[in-house]
Amino acid sequence: MEENLLKTCLYDRHIALGAQMSPFAGYDMPIRYTSIIDEHNAVRNSAGMFDVSHMGEIFVSGPDAEKYVSHVFCNDITDMPSGKVLYGMLLNPRGGVVDDLLVYRDSVPDSYLLVVNAANIGKDFNWLTDHAEGFDVSVRNESGMWGQIALQGPRAEEILSDVLHLDAASSLAFYTWREMQWNGKRLIVSRTGYTGEDGFEFYSSADEIRDIWDTLARAGVVPCGLGCRDTLRFEAGLPLYGHELSDDITPLEAGLGIFVKMDKPEFIGRDALIAQKAAGLTRKLVGIELDDKAVARAGYPVEADGEQVGTVTTGYRSITLDRSICFAMLSKRYADLGTRVGVHIRKKVFPGTVCRKRFYVPHYKK
Amino acid sequence: MSKTVAGLLYSESHEWVSVDGNIATVGITDFAQHALGNLSYVDMPEVGDEVSKGEEFGAVESVKAASDLYSPVSGRVIETNTELEDAPERLNVDPYANWIIKVEMSDPSELDDLMDEAAYIAFCEKE
Repeated sequence: MEENLLKTCLYDRHIALGAQMSPFAGYDMPIRYTSIIDEHNAVRNSAGMFDVSHMGEIFVSGPDAEKYVSHVFCNDITDMPSGKVLYGMLLNPRGGVVDDLLVYRDSVPDSYLLVVNAANIGKDFNWLTDHAEGFDVSVRNESGMWGQIALQGPRAEEILSDVLHLDAASSLAFYTWREMQWNGKRLIVSRTGYTGEDGFEFYSSADEIRDIWDTLARAGVVPCGLGCRDTLRFEAGLPLYGHELSDDITPLEAGLGIFVKMDKPEFIGRDALIAQKAAGLTRKLVGIELDDKAVARAGYPVEADGEQVGTVTTGYRSITLDRSICFAMLSKRYADLGTRVGVHIRKKVFPGTVCRKRFYVPHYKK
Repeated sequence: MSKTVAGLLYSESHEWVSVDGNIATVGITDFAQHALGNLSYVDMPEVGDEVSKGEEFGAVESVKAASDLYSPVSGRVIETNTELEDAPERLNVDPYANWIIKVEMSDPSELDDLMDEAAYIAFCEKE
């Protein structure tokens, strides 16, 4: 057994439910409670709840907060209204991705909440503090103080009102948030998620998060593990750090250029991305649909013309679409839609076709 | 507690074997399907392929990952269960009613190394 794994504030609930637990980003996390397919379908067709308390919460505040976040974050936070959430990345000077994250503009002036990947909390916090020199800001890692639940699926809005009685949040537009109260304690509710469905994420302290989880559980909301969180985000074309993104992959290569605002006068990584754009990409993240139902897994080689032209980054037999599909980082020459390639799976090469990454069209509430 | 079936032989890598003369029918156990979760693909050898005891002969893919299948006996594959190509979930529903390959054994004495039901139940308790 793994030693010294961290536990989220909902750990006891997972054990009581008989979840299959597995180490993830230093935490002992639930992979599935019953079956990944049933949990996946609950989110697509009804609703499910996820313990995502492992995610990191880093707060930035101070007179230079806007200038500083703008310096480290590649999306444009200028004139970002309070109540808005923005997706984007921290980049290194080579244009590689330190992490992908959500930035919440706080209701308090000059204050931001950065929600980062659990696996990168330490790395991000060091990166952020190292690059805070010369800015009048305070950067605080409050990850240990916050629990988080994601309620996802077409019935999420109805459950938010009928079960949690957070009616004021049901009018939130996608990628906005508001501050509320739960048992008199601070609760952040955002209309965000990582499943390709409508949904909400709740941030609060451990007791409040446990109470929200129990309230949802009593109403019969299906608990969902990290297993289906990955199959859901994959179908919706959403990247996972460590697979589609890394310190050595730029957002342009990952097809996330719309989240990089090159017209901003300055941010870390900008020069490298301008140079990469001018020189032209040499590789690109694509989708591949296999002819057969064999499953392409992360790390499997992709071949064309008798040589390796790329590598699979994530692959599944899609639960919603019942097709074998994957993301792969491919040499630009082979990345055009419709190109025939082969994926090396164990001893055989399985033919497939390059396709769009968004296999499942997300059902977001605009 | 996972299900077992009396009269079958079992390997440490959680395959079951049913013996009829020199033909061994091979599948995966309930313990294996439960540990793997929903199965989405079964990678089987071709009829006529040689398999060796303890060597990988194919794989089962769960939603999350691939797991190799290890042959409990040596010999030649005489039949594969093609029904699993389109319905791998049958292994989740009833792993003992849904075999994967049939092997014409080259050395039936290899069966002596496998466990009977009681020994396999004890083995699973330690897993």
